[in-house]
Amino acid sequence: MTFLTRKDMLWFVVLALVLLIVFPLGLETFRLNLFGKYLTYGFVVLGLVLCWGDAGILSLGQGVFFGLGGYCMAMFLKLEASTPAATKIQSTPGIPDFMDWNQLTALPAFWQPFHSLAFSLVAVVAVPTLLAFGIGLAMFTRRVGGTYFAIITQAFAAILTILIIGQQGYTGGVNGMTDLRTLLGWDIRTDHAKMILYFVNAVLLLGAALLSHVVRRSKLGRILVAMRDKEDRVRFSGYNVAHFKIFVFCFAAALAGVGGAMFTLQVGFMSPSFVGIVPSIELVIYCAVGGRTSLLGVIYGTVLVCAARAAFSEAMPQLWLFAMGSLFILVVVAFPTGLAGVYRTYLDPRLDRLLPWLGRGRAPTTATVERPMHAAAME
Amino acid sequence: MQTSTDYLLAVEGLTVSFDGFRAVDDLSFYLDRNEIRVIIGPNGAGKTTVLDLICGRTRATAGSVNFKGHELTKMREHEIVRAGVGRKFQTPSIYEDLTVFENLEISYPRGRSVFGALGFKRDAAVRERVEQIARDIFLADHLDQLAEYLSHGQKQWLEIGMLLIQDPALLMLDEPVAGMSVSERKKTAELLHRVIQDRSVLVIEHDMGFVEEIAHKVTVLYQGRVLSEGSVARVKADPKVVEVYLGH
Repeated sequence: MTFLTRKDMLWFVVLALVLLIVFPLGLETFRLNLFGKYLTYGFVVLGLVLCWGDAGILSLGQGVFFGLGGYCMAMFLKLEASTPAATKIQSTPGIPDFMDWNQLTALPAFWQPFHSLAFSLVAVVAVPTLLAFGIGLAMFTRRVGGTYFAIITQAFAAILTILIIGQQGYTGGVNGMTDLRTLLGWDIRTDHAKMILYFVNAVLLLGAALLSHVVRRSKLGRILVAMRDKEDRVRFSGYNVAHFKIFVFCFAAALAGVGGAMFTLQVGFMSPSFVGIVPSIELVIYCAVGGRTSLLGVIYGTVLVCAARAAFSEAMPQLWLFAMGSLFILVVVAFPTGLAGVYRTYLDPRLDRLLPWLGRGRAPTTATVERPMHAAAME
Repeated sequence: MQTSTDYLLAVEGLTVSFDGFRAVDDLSFYLDRNEIRVIIGPNGAGKTTVLDLICGRTRATAGSVNFKGHELTKMREHEIVRAGVGRKFQTPSIYEDLTVFENLEISYPRGRSVFGALGFKRDAAVRERVEQIARDIFLADHLDQLAEYLSHGQKQWLEIGMLLIQDPALLMLDEPVAGMSVSERKKTAELLHRVIQDRSVLVIEHDMGFVEEIAHKVTVLYQGRVLSEGSVARVKADPKVVEVYLGH
């Protein structure tokens, strides 16, 4: 079974070139850092491709997992920034500033393990995954799906935001965790550090795209599509459908957590405004614009929408929300398969004519599912 | 004396009520090994509900379904399938976005857990079995085609093939020839004659010509109860059956 067709390979290399060469050469450090931030959303939309595009499970709460990953990273950085020396003007030196402002006199127990970088990095993935596992177990084994599931994930986004804002002393409240400085003594605020973090993020994202591709190309990937089509048939073919849904939901959550951690590192803070309902829906829009069944499409879609947003909101801040809304309506009505669909319908056939060797052993793709046929897969 | 475990399938006192309406009411019947049983009856008699109850899609209010010593009413759907019960739905239930090959491959009984599916390898055994089944269901030349583009009859065959690849001890078919052309119907009868070797089959069918051709025994359902049971000739001669079902 070949793992990547020639065309998959070509487009993956193109993406790698864009992320690792074109952006770093073409953008000044400030812009590059912004693009790095956009690319952290790329982790979330990759997960949405599997969860929503393939398995048909729409989650309007991916911001929760992104935020949890980001907060886990932020807690480590905040502790490192809160040395007794740096916080000696506080009434209790050595704890994060917002705790001091909220009259806490000792570091809460659940903060203690975040002194360890290793623990924090594990938590970045484990905390979102465990929450997704809990939600998935509760929902999917009871066969809650479709709109109901989407609404419940939305509720989780609201709950987590309210919790973070309400528990100011433990979380930094509405301001979030700010003033993050160093990672094991390495200052993450310098231009040089931002450049390195951009590359770390880009490489991780490419790795995440490859990993997602492996999962989609396995039989599990085909079962996800089969469940979207005919859930009962899958169940009556001897599969425990709930387990597969829980898996894909956890997978998406784990990726989102990594994205959140990279966000915190590159942006230098984490706040509830990246957790709630609105950012969660924006993530779904990025995914829809890029084309929810294409791993590479959603990454381009995310960067494009975010860049457009930056350009727009610098020029006409009030109009941005309207533009975003119109964009979403346009995509849903006119291009339900997003950018990737436009590519498949108009560009792909031409590419096949121009470069016939690329399409060798590969049957035409359909509008909704990009999959090489088994003839190619069996080579 | 024969006990219920001598049968492949023993349905006893099976009852299901939806908001007080008894769709299946104290139903009992027994299916022998290698027997082909056809269930007939007017619309609303509870035929499809009986299949739903056996395969676990609907939960019984009372009664028992014993299959090879397993009490199916207490098992979950995928466990019932793994125990050896295959079910074909009335409308073709296949994965339209996947190819014929992939449809059959997903039904191949290996790698059914999450991590089993992740590590599943499309090896020679899988390929051979898929190709063999594809020949049986007249789709050997369509393996790379998306199932969406098959004709209605071909979709029905594909779903039958998806069951055959699991080699179930009990095969349940809900109106397998409904909506088929005459030539497709003939081919389906031929296919069924071949697939019913070495297994028991429970078929719901309206087409009496088809029923006469395949049935060992017929059970007539009416208002959730057994109205009559026996050979095709006996059932056709039963005045009660003629009155409620065959008469019009």
